[in-house]
Amino acid sequence: MPSLKDLKNRIASVKATQKITKAMKMVAAAKLRRAQEAAEAARPYSQRMNAVLANIAQAVGQDDAAPRLMTGTGKDDVHLLIVCTAERGLCGGFNSQIARLARDHTRKLLAEGKTVKIICVGKKGFDILRREFASLIIDRVDLREVKRIGFANADQIGRKVIELFGKGEFDVCTLFYSEFKSVISQIPTALQLVPAAAPAVADETTGASAIYDYEPDAAAILDDLIPRNISVQIFRALLENVAGEMGAKMSAMDNATRNAGEMIDKLTLNYNRQRQAQITTELIEIIAGAEAL
Amino acid sequence: MVMADNFNFELVSPERLLVSGSVSEVVIPASEGEMTVMANHAPTMTTIKPGVVTIKFADGKNDSYVVFGGFADIVPTGCTLLAESAVHIEEVKSEDIVRRIEAARAELENAREDDHKYGLQSYLAELTTLQGIVVPV
Repeated sequence: MPSLKDLKNRIASVKATQKITKAMKMVAAAKLRRAQEAAEAARPYSQRMNAVLANIAQAVGQDDAAPRLMTGTGKDDVHLLIVCTAERGLCGGFNSQIARLARDHTRKLLAEGKTVKIICVGKKGFDILRREFASLIIDRVDLREVKRIGFANADQIGRKVIELFGKGEFDVCTLFYSEFKSVISQIPTALQLVPAAAPAVADETTGASAIYDYEPDAAAILDDLIPRNISVQIFRALLENVAGEMGAKMSAMDNATRNAGEMIDKLTLNYNRQRQAQITTELIEIIAGAEAL
Repeated sequence: MVMADNFNFELVSPERLLVSGSVSEVVIPASEGEMTVMANHAPTMTTIKPGVVTIKFADGKNDSYVVFGGFADIVPTGCTLLAESAVHIEEVKSEDIVRRIEAARAELENAREDDHKYGLQSYLAELTTLQGIVVPV
């Protein structure tokens, strides 16, 4: 049985924790709003990019001119997984969900006898995947110092991927991240980057695409476009991830604050009961003493 | 005199939508040389080299942005410019361009393939020209 003093200390410490989690929740809420704005602002570019890509891919078609990044190497022996997670924890199951998806995927590929290489973006995913696949991780990208994720960060990763592809280091590349649906729901997603699947053509552009002029020419533009599209996809994934992380952190911290509140109530009740029991004992002692005289 | 027709122009960078509105003409630094886009232009798709985009809005105002590579999608009713990076001309910092030039130079040192080398050399030349335009000497 803890003493009164112990209980008092305990209540004080839980209260302090509650204050911290409350503050963290509010910080996460503010950051979430910013992250959502950033994700929203980045949407037009990727939408237009998709439209243009669909258009041009149709023009080039599946002939030999199509770049290898799009057609693939014709094999699927070596898989490169880019696993994007958050840099920090305390956000519920956010990181472990992404890592679990990547882990299951890796196990499946390994069981099929494929070679797997992993690039970790974000510290948390690295920490989780290191336990099982330390030998498969070929690189990790640290974005901890980055306050606001810019296109340059994504471009760097994209370039790395393209360089590896140029050297023939992998055949298929898949990106793992968490899609931001709402504050309480983030869905871990796997997206194939290489070979790039051409997006479906929107109806309105189908007619126009036939008479497009291309400068310098369609294949050259496509050559330029595909690597850029990879960077854009990574950028989008990173932004979605930040929004998802903040959403997950917000609900995790909300839960923690509520739990702390419940704990304080319980402890206070306990504390009061014990205090009263002590008073009663004291009174009984006094009365018993008086009667004995 | 008949006023030139207006068309929709959008300048988008990966981070955000910078310009979206009705314009009468736009000069874009296409890879095959500068081109002026006006309404009812033939559908064209072109890559862009680093340079200055000059926009003449429908209401007569002018505006300029510096872009670092990208591509443009031109249709008779509009023009979309997807820039890898775009900055308003008044906000361009010379250090930024110098940094890009240095990065390109470093890449050129390591480049092996001729095609890549050639591409980097012309990229470098364009950046240097841009530096001359933007930075008051």
